[in-house]
Amino acid sequence: MSRVLVGVKRVIDYAVKIRVKPDKSGVVTDGVKHSMNPFDEIAVEEAVRMKEKKLASEVIAVSCGPSQAQETLRTALAMGADRAIHVEVAGAEYDTLQPIHVAKILAKLSQDEKADLVIVGKQAIDDDSNQTAQMTAALLDWPQGTFASKIEKTDGALTITREIDGGLEVIKTKIPAVLSADLRLNEPRYATLPNIMKAKKKPLKKVSAKDLGVDLAPRIKVVSVEDPPVRQAGSIIPDVDTLVAKLKEGGHV
Amino acid sequence: MLKSVVFLLRCNSNRIVRDQVRYASQALPQLSSEKYNVKRKQFGTVQESDINYFKSILSEERVLTDENDVLPFNIDWIKNCRGQSKVVLKPRNTEEVSKIIKYCNDKHLAVCPQGGNTGLVGGSVPVFDEVVLCLGLLNKIISLDEISGVLICEAGCILESLDTYVRERNLIMPLDLGAKGTCQIGGNASTNAGGLRLLRYGNLHGSILGIEAVKADGTVIDCLTTMKKDNTGYHLKHLFIGSEGTLGIVTKVSINCPVLPKAVTVGFFGVKDFQSVLKLYESAKLSLGEILSAFEMADFNAINSSVTNLNLPNPIDEYPFYVLVETHGSDEGHDAEKLNRFLDKEMESGLIIDGTVTSEPAKMQTIWNLRESIAGSSLTRGYVFKYDVSIPLGNYYDLVPMLRKKLGNKALDVYGYGHIGDSNIHINIVVPEYTKEIGSQIEPYVFEEVSKLNGSISAEHGVGFRKPQYIHYSKIESALDLMRELKTLMDPKGILNPYKVLPEK
Repeated sequence: MSRVLVGVKRVIDYAVKIRVKPDKSGVVTDGVKHSMNPFDEIAVEEAVRMKEKKLASEVIAVSCGPSQAQETLRTALAMGADRAIHVEVAGAEYDTLQPIHVAKILAKLSQDEKADLVIVGKQAIDDDSNQTAQMTAALLDWPQGTFASKIEKTDGALTITREIDGGLEVIKTKIPAVLSADLRLNEPRYATLPNIMKAKKKPLKKVSAKDLGVDLAPRIKVVSVEDPPVRQAGSIIPDVDTLVAKLKEGGHV
Repeated sequence: MLKSVVFLLRCNSNRIVRDQVRYASQALPQLSSEKYNVKRKQFGTVQESDINYFKSILSEERVLTDENDVLPFNIDWIKNCRGQSKVVLKPRNTEEVSKIIKYCNDKHLAVCPQGGNTGLVGGSVPVFDEVVLCLGLLNKIISLDEISGVLICEAGCILESLDTYVRERNLIMPLDLGAKGTCQIGGNASTNAGGLRLLRYGNLHGSILGIEAVKADGTVIDCLTTMKKDNTGYHLKHLFIGSEGTLGIVTKVSINCPVLPKAVTVGFFGVKDFQSVLKLYESAKLSLGEILSAFEMADFNAINSSVTNLNLPNPIDEYPFYVLVETHGSDEGHDAEKLNRFLDKEMESGLIIDGTVTSEPAKMQTIWNLRESIAGSSLTRGYVFKYDVSIPLGNYYDLVPMLRKKLGNKALDVYGYGHIGDSNIHINIVVPEYTKEIGSQIEPYVFEEVSKLNGSISAEHGVGFRKPQYIHYSKIESALDLMRELKTLMDPKGILNPYKVLPEK
């Protein structure tokens, strides 16, 4: 049976209004509520379901980040992951942590932990990179099934339905493989109280990127982060004739 | 610029289409005057000359007279009442309100003030041809003192917009209710709206510090103080809070905003019976103390109504009763410690069978949404009798099983939910359609029972048009007489929101 490694990222909660730092170097994260990246929640849910269906033997959650990343890991454990690995990356290194680094960490851990499957969210809602699954697959030289909206196990292989432009694509891959979860893969559960309690006692191992031999030197430099332009206020016009006149005036008709 | 125009038009047309679908798919509600057998009082009728006057002080587009434009203002959102107003006025400031009211008083024209029209007792819609005074354009925030937390704003500001505004400055509005995206602060004040966090932040008689209101003769009463302490004579603001627009039109409020809590946690629990809900409340008060900000209950049918009719996810399994607990605090670690001790204890004791707890804003919203959506969740199934009553906690839930038994299969559903912390329960009775026969089985039965239990027949929704004839279940005659004297003093011609609040002698 397979062991599943799930990547979970701590991001600003999607219900929180994002504010750009005055120096445009990034967004304000201090004192802002964070939670698990929603696509990663879907990935955890899928892994836990695999375990419940006895398609997986163990689910390991991995998160890279400062000490608060452990809260995100506890959430994954409360949802049903068996154990967690916290790869501690803090301070300036965390500010410049990029998909290539995370992919290298996940690839190394997959080998160390003898994982058969890596599942991550298709992208994180903060940087929207959508690169980690692909890079991890490349580093491991494993097949990849990205944007999965359905995952089925069929005699030692996986049948994956992918959401692509204009429809669905069904592919078959061998195991081991790297998968990324799309929105419609499942609806993640809420951690129940007994499981939240149990999660506190589940093993959580802390390692550093250095332990794993991964160099965190940044490859990309963020030049500037800016707010989208503010939408102009509309105006109410009295009748259709005025509308037509205005449209003509603006060269729209 | 043009893009915006198009965008706005699209929004408007969407709304119109939606409204048309809404009104076309269901027959219009019966006229309130016929449904409840009310006689029109001796008021003047709006003439062409009156319309011209209104247009002269407002402007053409802020005087609505087209039947289709006026229709939404004649119907309350639960489609229970329908008035016959011919004109809607949209003033933009206190002076315009004052001019309108003075004119109406002189001409003996009745006026129905309307905010977000989210009321549940028909108080915000006309009964006959009252002039509808829509306060929605009085929507300016005047000032916010970030140190004291006092916000001054106009009556038409939408509660949610105010909350968003003050949250950006580390404050919150002292009240929160399901209708927050639509209801207006002036309406909240006029109806003394309660809501979800009254347990923690108290009611509006406390948090509203000052009010500016227009009296029936057009006089502007400026009591817009920002002082928490002001013992200079009679506390006139209280006359306008909760008097439902019958003593004056609220045009501005100053309101005390509490500090935005740094740590918020929501728990949602399954409980086996109502006695356990009460025990859990007692335990929560003891264990959580000052951080407890809401303690809500809903029975299975209530939550199930949100789940099945609105297709909302229920984060936990099915249980006979659900409890929602929220904490507001200033220190995450401190709150978590308290909460964990409480949860450990009550999981162990078995009061909490199962549940979930979260501090993630998106998840907390999902849970609150499930609770807040109950009120509107049954409207598509038929006609809903809605009751909002206070009953001492020992008998809080008694009425729900009594009503189920009494109505049997005549009701599609009967459920109860509400604010345990305020002894306030909402009871909804869903029937296929309104008939006088079923109505007479429910009313005044519900009110009689509430009165027997020493409760209030209207906890937070007010009296409005629907309940004056039942007010005596909660108010003695001498108190009603004093209310009438106040009305005569402040509105001698009785033009302000007639047919509401006060019963006929």
